[in-house]
Amino acid sequence: MLSKKTYTIISFLIIFLSNIVNVYSIEPDVFVQSTVNRAAKTLSGSLTKEERIEKLKKIASETVDINGIGYYTLGNYRKNITDEQIKQYKFLFRQYFLKSFSSRLAEYSNPEIEVISKKKINENYTLVSSILVSTKKRPEVKIDWRVYTKNPENPVIRDLIIEGLSLARTQKEEFSSIIQGNDGDINALFSTLKEFVK
Amino acid sequence: MHYIIKYVMKNILSTFLISVMLTVNVSAGTDGENNLSKKTKTTKDCFEGLNRASFTLNQGLDKAIFKPVAKGYRALPSSVRSGTSNALINLSSLVTVPNNILQGEFKTAGINTGRFVVNTTVGILGVFDVADKMGFPKYEKEDYGQTLGVWGVGPGCYLVLPVLGPSTIRDTAGSFLNALGGDPYYNASTHGNNEFLTTSQYVATKILTGVDFRAKNLETIDNLEKNSLDFYASVKSLYLQDRQRKIANKNVITNATIEVLYEGDWEEIEPK
Repeated sequence: MLSKKTYTIISFLIIFLSNIVNVYSIEPDVFVQSTVNRAAKTLSGSLTKEERIEKLKKIASETVDINGIGYYTLGNYRKNITDEQIKQYKFLFRQYFLKSFSSRLAEYSNPEIEVISKKKINENYTLVSSILVSTKKRPEVKIDWRVYTKNPENPVIRDLIIEGLSLARTQKEEFSSIIQGNDGDINALFSTLKEFVK
Repeated sequence: MHYIIKYVMKNILSTFLISVMLTVNVSAGTDGENNLSKKTKTTKDCFEGLNRASFTLNQGLDKAIFKPVAKGYRALPSSVRSGTSNALINLSSLVTVPNNILQGEFKTAGINTGRFVVNTTVGILGVFDVADKMGFPKYEKEDYGQTLGVWGVGPGCYLVLPVLGPSTIRDTAGSFLNALGGDPYYNASTHGNNEFLTTSQYVATKILTGVDFRAKNLETIDNLEKNSLDFYASVKSLYLQDRQRKIANKNVITNATIEVLYEGDWEEIEPK
């Protein structure tokens, strides 16, 4: 039997630790809004295009689960590749993702994104809805963020769904097309990725 | 002679449509489960070689004709462009309303009819979106391909049509329904025997719709092409996702549809 003193200490520790988790858990909508604010600040500043891209890459590295998206994008092919190939893929995908993502975003200037709502899909995912506010040049764009919330204190973005179109799914189908077009040879994908990140 | 040609054309179109519908029916069977609750199915690219050839042709046409024209169109004053865009959207109501009815969306059909009447009259042939200012709900285009999808017809194979771009067998069949009496504007232009509308005006309207779309998406398409590893596969994926979303027919952003559409694809991915 535990002594009364030990029991009290353990109870206190449990309460204390659970409070720590509560204190540091970040709400997904707050997380998304703060991420887009960081990106918007970068895009609206007086930086050169190269400087913008570097800053956007840093933001993406800190807030997006690049490895997770990489595995998703590989689809069923990830089950049949060697550890060495996984290692190579992870390295190439990270470079590809950061280049492609920052290059897409760098075209925008002064983007204003408003987070509207959030919806918990299941234990691991919350969907945060937002709008890219319209300007004279373009209409309002709806953007949903699939946030992986398994670790509430460290939420990460796993997908962007723009007007109902999932970027992760598009990428997955694109990769699959390249592999299939080369008789299932994953090395063809690696070559294409290498070419892109040059 | 003119009527004989029309009669023959109509019969050819009918035969084509029926044969396409029969082909599509093969993939339209259901096992009693709600399709959306299952894992996302991939639409087959049965004619990939031919599709890629059409895609290359379309890219060539785009670079030589559509993109420069769209750029020129973009140089017009924004009021002219938005007026043109409004008028084209208003005209599309003539296809949207029958499809609202065919999908059982009677209330939406009523709203869209009201919108069309207001915009055509007060809004001067749709140039001004008066209905929007009056607080009408947001307009969503519908077509016969979507209606067939809502009725449970599968997409069949993916197609890239020369000039017209991405489609599926089901959506192409849906487009043929416009010419078989499903589009009142087409009927009035080609069979209307009136002095105001002609077939060439109908064709011009369709070309203008294409130019308007291209002009609105100049940067987006350039950006997509620049950042794609396989542009053909990206366009195919985006087209099929968009059609799937439209057939689900709900506002994806604010309700549960999206989680149903995409959740099945996300297996548990644990970073290694």
